Amino acid sequence: MENNNKTAWERLAIVHTKGRPTIRDYIPLIFTDFYEMHGDRHFGDDHAIIGGVARLRGTPVTIISQVKGRNINENKDCNFAMPLPEGYRKALRLAKQAEKFHRPVICFIDTPGANAGMSAEERGQGEAIAKNIAEFMTLRTPIISIVLGEGGSGGALALGVCDELAMLENAQYSVVSPRGFASILWKDASREQEACNIMQVTAEDMVRLGVAETIIEEPLGGAHNDLDKISENIKEYLALKIAEKSQKPIDELLKERYTKFRKIGEFTEQH
Amino acid sequence: MFDDFFNVVKLRFNGTSDEENKPVFRCPRCQNTVVMERFEELHRVCPNCNYHGRLSAPDRITLTADKDSFSEFDSGMISCDPISFPGYPEKQQQLRNETGLNDAILTGTATIRGIRTVIGVMDSRYMMASMGSVVGEKITRAFEYATENNLPVIMFTASGGARMQEGIVSLMQMAKTSGAVKLHSDAGGLYITVLTDPTTGGVTASFASLGDIIIAEPKILIGFAGRRVIESTMKQRLPEDFQLAEFMQDKGFIDMIVERRKIRSTLAHLLAIHGYEKEV
Repeated sequence: MENNNKTAWERLAIVHTKGRPTIRDYIPLIFTDFYEMHGDRHFGDDHAIIGGVARLRGTPVTIISQVKGRNINENKDCNFAMPLPEGYRKALRLAKQAEKFHRPVICFIDTPGANAGMSAEERGQGEAIAKNIAEFMTLRTPIISIVLGEGGSGGALALGVCDELAMLENAQYSVVSPRGFASILWKDASREQEACNIMQVTAEDMVRLGVAETIIEEPLGGAHNDLDKISENIKEYLALKIAEKSQKPIDELLKERYTKFRKIGEFTEQH
Repeated sequence: MFDDFFNVVKLRFNGTSDEENKPVFRCPRCQNTVVMERFEELHRVCPNCNYHGRLSAPDRITLTADKDSFSEFDSGMISCDPISFPGYPEKQQQLRNETGLNDAILTGTATIRGIRTVIGVMDSRYMMASMGSVVGEKITRAFEYATENNLPVIMFTASGGARMQEGIVSLMQMAKTSGAVKLHSDAGGLYITVLTDPTTGGVTASFASLGDIIIAEPKILIGFAGRRVIESTMKQRLPEDFQLAEFMQDKGFIDMIVERRKIRSTLAHLLAIHGYEKEV
């Protein structure tokens, strides 16, 4: 992969390139028969997360994705891909629907983080994310997650508990945005570039730290340079993984899913 | 309001010159001060507004568990430096020396009025009780032990959230702990969380919000995003009581608010109601 020598900060610039494909670009090229489903059945329909049913090379699947806008109007509508609690609750509703009908779940992560606003707090952002994490851990159907661009914080993890996680080559996954990191640790948000480069947020970092299993190659210069090619790469990967995970007895799959997260952490024990 | 005023006056006029030199606690909620000795006698509860201040983990265990019943798990576990963050190992060494803790949580078993339970207590003196590898692993092991031994779990939470210095590894502790909570729950185990000041960020968005019963101490802070973050990004002025326990109970996220002096008896009764019995 030609991008491997780029710094995390340079890759973040690629992710932020105008024209970087979003889920709305990918769906028609990867899936057929997509039917979007709205709402959490409690409060409303959050536009920062879309979901529904579709076919992947003929196989029925459930798609859940964070939505980035491609222009200012789209971004206003989807609130810059920062979901509200009802977005996460919609995601859980659709995941449960998939479980009932034995469909694999495919999650696309593309968010700077969960919405940090007054109404998000009032409606239990923390509870909504926690619930998704716990419920996805034991969801009795295969789950594959792919980080498309930014995977920021608990807002990303709420769609990130899965059997296998893939990163697009330039995508990043982090505990908080580099800006937030610099602001929290150094009280200086302007040091975001420095933060980005030491936080270990690249696709290779994720594989090394046991967070991701696969890196999906992007076209030269980034995904925006060849939408057909990157869509084909994602489709290939998904078809392969869904066939593989669907063959496993579900209890074995759940045990492996638990173990995948169970073993992450670095500590020593003195006696 | 007049009570507060009266208390301040009382303090000023009755205070001897001796008391004036004593260290004081300034309440972050009502801004009144109280002589630190008195505050400690009250188990760190503000006498003016009932704000429940931060307790160390050892003090919390003393206050909650039967005398000498606490038996600690994993006392020698210390964190590595997964993303090679500059200064992180030194910072940890310094905190270990200062607090006598090896990280931000104590876990183990204890009895409460004779009923055995798994218990975890976070300690905000250690890096604002942020969750890194050690906190995540200890909580996970505590839940796994409880599941294997059919024990309930009580978690006293307090945290600034994920531990930035461990990067993505700290984020993954949210998944690890929540997974262990879910398996304990699916096996029929009772899990009670007691939210203490402050419970925020990645801890709110994982095991703290997953209790079968969620208790909070009065006037404590509970939230996902911080107040300053919300005010600066949303350009919104927030109500005074925003994210306090009483506010969160009103919004439907807290079962009950319980004063510190009643937590031990409340826990004992709730354990008993769920069929956990005294050891003979």
